[in-house]
Amino acid sequence: MTTTPREPANPEAATREAAASLAGVETTASSVGAAAVEPATGITGAQSLIRSLEAMGVEVIFGIPGGAILPAYDPLFDSKVRHVLVRHEQGAGHAATGYAQATGKVGVCMATSGPGATNLVTPLADAHMDSVPMVAITGQVPSHAIGTDAFQEADIRGITMPVTKHNFLVTRADEIPQRIAEAFHLASTGRPGPVLVDIPKDVLQARTNFAWPPRMDLPGYKPTTRPHGKQVREAASLIAGASRPVLYVGGGVLKAGATEELAELAELTGAPVVTTLMARGAFPDSHPLNLGMPGMHGNVTAVTALQKADLLVALGARFDDRVTGQLSSFAPDALVVHADIDPAEIGKNRKADVPIVGDARETILQLIEALRGEHEAGRTPDLAAWWAQLDDWRSRYPLGYDWPEDGSLSPQYVIERLGAIAGPDAIYAAGVGQHQMWAAQFVKYEKPNTWLNSGGLGTMGYAVPAAMGAKYGRPETTVWAIDGDGCFQMTNQELATCAIEGIPIKVAVINNGNLGMVRQWQTLFYEGRYSSTKLHALDADGKPKPVRIPDFVTLAEALGCVGLRCESREDVDAVIEKAMAIDDAPVVIDFVVGHDAQVWPMVAAGASNDDILAARDVRPVFGEGQV
Amino acid sequence: MSRHTLSVLVENKSGVLARVSALFSRRGFNIESLAVGPTENPDLSRMTIVAEAESQPLEQITKQLNKLIEVIKIVELDGSAAVQRELLLVKVRAPMAERTQVLQTAELFRARVVDVNTDTVTLEATGTPDKLQALLAVLAPLGIKEMAQSGTVALGRGPRSMSGAGTLRPVERSA
Repeated sequence: MTTTPREPANPEAATREAAASLAGVETTASSVGAAAVEPATGITGAQSLIRSLEAMGVEVIFGIPGGAILPAYDPLFDSKVRHVLVRHEQGAGHAATGYAQATGKVGVCMATSGPGATNLVTPLADAHMDSVPMVAITGQVPSHAIGTDAFQEADIRGITMPVTKHNFLVTRADEIPQRIAEAFHLASTGRPGPVLVDIPKDVLQARTNFAWPPRMDLPGYKPTTRPHGKQVREAASLIAGASRPVLYVGGGVLKAGATEELAELAELTGAPVVTTLMARGAFPDSHPLNLGMPGMHGNVTAVTALQKADLLVALGARFDDRVTGQLSSFAPDALVVHADIDPAEIGKNRKADVPIVGDARETILQLIEALRGEHEAGRTPDLAAWWAQLDDWRSRYPLGYDWPEDGSLSPQYVIERLGAIAGPDAIYAAGVGQHQMWAAQFVKYEKPNTWLNSGGLGTMGYAVPAAMGAKYGRPETTVWAIDGDGCFQMTNQELATCAIEGIPIKVAVINNGNLGMVRQWQTLFYEGRYSSTKLHALDADGKPKPVRIPDFVTLAEALGCVGLRCESREDVDAVIEKAMAIDDAPVVIDFVVGHDAQVWPMVAAGASNDDILAARDVRPVFGEGQV
Repeated sequence: MSRHTLSVLVENKSGVLARVSALFSRRGFNIESLAVGPTENPDLSRMTIVAEAESQPLEQITKQLNKLIEVIKIVELDGSAAVQRELLLVKVRAPMAERTQVLQTAELFRARVVDVNTDTVTLEATGTPDKLQALLAVLAPLGIKEMAQSGTVALGRGPRSMSGAGTLRPVERSA
């Protein structure tokens, strides 16, 4: 082990040979990039970088220039790759994520060294938790200055090791095409994730030759995409024999583009489907087999179906604590088929009786085939009793909400109407908190990649920049950011970017003047002691002052957007329709809502899913005898 | 809890050690010892990691390690199927009057004298952790001035190797 890169005379050939000598270890060294790109000699590293990005088919980069990355911005000026100049690097990162989630392509962001790079850390961690394909390119101080605490130096490779799928520090200009190709390959294959490429300024300025496609050399990277036939047959046999099965669908199904296959599998099995927060839209909400979202704020039927199941078929899901609640009492009677492309997820939280490592689409296709075999052999399960039970729960515990007693506007109603008016073709990006949960509950998703949110990391401020990236990637689609007033104040500066760059997103600020989800927990678990959750100006008695700080309508206008406000039920539809009619500028609607609305149902943190509350102090009765 | 020895072939690149050690600490796994060195192939390094873990967390460790892009292969080397050794350098107080006792102890443990002066003797010993522990226990009453001990290095017994023909079976990548 060396601490500095060792450079053999012919590093590529040597490593190739090394890898080839490892019997049973495949070499990942395929060609990438379909675009034919002219080779070039005597160009700069920066030119090589931009050519590589062009060769990868990159359409847009979200970023901000600065000293160390400056050489890259010169050839970018002439490139067909468009650059969207954001206002904060966090915006660049989330925009790349939103772009990736809406289009399925790799999102790209760029920043300079030091603070530029560290501002990308949150979006990188966010993309890592939600498995979003993203490539971040950062400038670094010149090679000779690395390690000297130079101006704007940060060890961004070291900092981002735990929050990226992989990262590179490029040491020679000749490596640039290879590293870029590898970064895109790593980001977009296997379990997708963010990859950071850090390039010192002198490497960007050095002379180099460019040839495409480069040879990738990743001998230790070989994701398993094809599932094991025997495991699939075993899973099919369990499905055919189960009397209370549930298809537990996670974001991996969307990542694999397997939604049509999922629908076929669901219909073939007749089993109920639950779609996690990351999988909203993977299966139509209108489909009778869809029970909706499970988890901490899932609906009673979806949560309870998992609890009472005798078989869970987890597809691209990871048994997250927000889904399982207290792990030891989660789905106690269920056998588990766990299919995921990441072997490390299988058995991490819940033991899998039938583990299947593979791409969700390939796995589902093979499951369909194997199940047909089971059916032909006369093994078709009778799920009538299970469905009778599920339908009973569905009719007794539908999602719902009460209007605030003080006559203020109901945030759930606003979000429900927004979903109904904008419809299933629109894209919805949420921040994190109560509004996010309501948006997951009360917007009806029918299509894949129409629901974007920060699921794993729970990044407040995600919505506006993610919506910007999504709108850039799908300009014909209406894109709504459903944001809270707390979240909105973290990243609304990107509305200036939207206004200037012509990215007309729409923002619904669900403005309750509070950090709503934290307030809800304070109401429920801290005797209503509202420590540091009120965002509005307060008078000496702690009552809200009749002044709006900030005034979101004038703030929107200051940022080059149309600003609208709605404070009563009667105006909700009209103001949404007014926003829908504007397509030449970003629009912000300030929905002033009551601050005591709560997200229900709820499984308290660490509690068992058996202890779900349908509403405050309302414990469902499940009719144990029937199951 | 039981002791597991993982032999990990990694690409010989900068930052790999940081990735591996950070992974252990981030996921809450304890490393008991870690030894890193070159291999017969200059492009690869071998890390020998000894960790205390139950079998289920161990599986999680190896799966997470396998996800690191620069990790090529992992083999568990345990018990009778592998040779495991550590290196110990120990400086013992050894005035002339007591020197014979030190040298006799060294001989019993097949330790070699690598440095001598009027006050101390420095011994070099290799062996299993148990043997070195025993040596230290005998030397302790004589007065250990200081010591340095390596992590465990290990190789599988028999003709097979991790990277050549007829390779050792890797810890499964798939579940």
